[in-house]
Amino acid sequence: MLVDKKKDREIVIPTSSMADIAFILLIFFLVTTTMNTDKGIPMVLPPPGQTKEVPKKNICNILVNSQGDVLLGNEPIQIPNIKTELERRMAENENLIISVKTDLKTSYDYFIAVLDQVKMTGSTRVSIAEPE
Amino acid sequence: MKFKKKSQVTEEIPTASMPDIIFMLLIFFMVTTVLKRFTGLPVTLPEAEKIEKIESRRHTSYIWMDGAQISCDDQILEVGQVSDVVYSKLIADPQLLICLKGDRQIEMEVLHKVHEELRAAGALRINYSTKLKAS
Repeated sequence: MLVDKKKDREIVIPTSSMADIAFILLIFFLVTTTMNTDKGIPMVLPPPGQTKEVPKKNICNILVNSQGDVLLGNEPIQIPNIKTELERRMAENENLIISVKTDLKTSYDYFIAVLDQVKMTGSTRVSIAEPE
Repeated sequence: MKFKKKSQVTEEIPTASMPDIIFMLLIFFMVTTVLKRFTGLPVTLPEAEKIEKIESRRHTSYIWMDGAQISCDDQILEVGQVSDVVYSKLIADPQLLICLKGDRQIEMEVLHKVHEELRAAGALRINYSTKLKAS
């Protein structure tokens, strides 16, 4: 019979190299992926030009000088003790606003350490005063 | 002669699913990779305990301060230029979070000026980058 024998051949595109391409792309991403471990102390700055009058008794002043000595409401205090002292004061006065003022030459490290202590009290009323 | 035909047993572990596994891993990495664009300045960050992770990296811009220079997006800026640069970023992205990466030993004077510039530009959401204190 003049019927073409049905060709038994299947036409197959070899997909064996697909895995190789995928491996190469994978290695590229393995090498370039960096897990971002940025962490820090969040803060919201006040909009410019806002000065609100606050009764003095509701403000707790923390002053930091250039040597890293801290005065909390005119009492010298060690940085690790700031949190407990602030919590005590906050328990007495709910509306307490904590104001942190540094010297122009104070190092950023001390500022962050004090800010850290203030943030640990959980207070949301924090103000950063203009350094002098 | 009776020869037992050596039975040829070819055992093959089916590797047909290997590309699927690879693709899955690949898609994971494609989704998690954020290409690092800027190197910034060499800075030793201060340490703190109450630190929080930055929520979204996409809306974050970094300002590096190492005592002598201020850098943003790998450009060295004068203090006065910070507000313009930040303002244009803020227009592009209202949810901008500025991440301040200051060296531990910089003085508050620099930081205060940067604060004022940020307030003038209207970028009020900031984050002080710190390392976790090993207490």
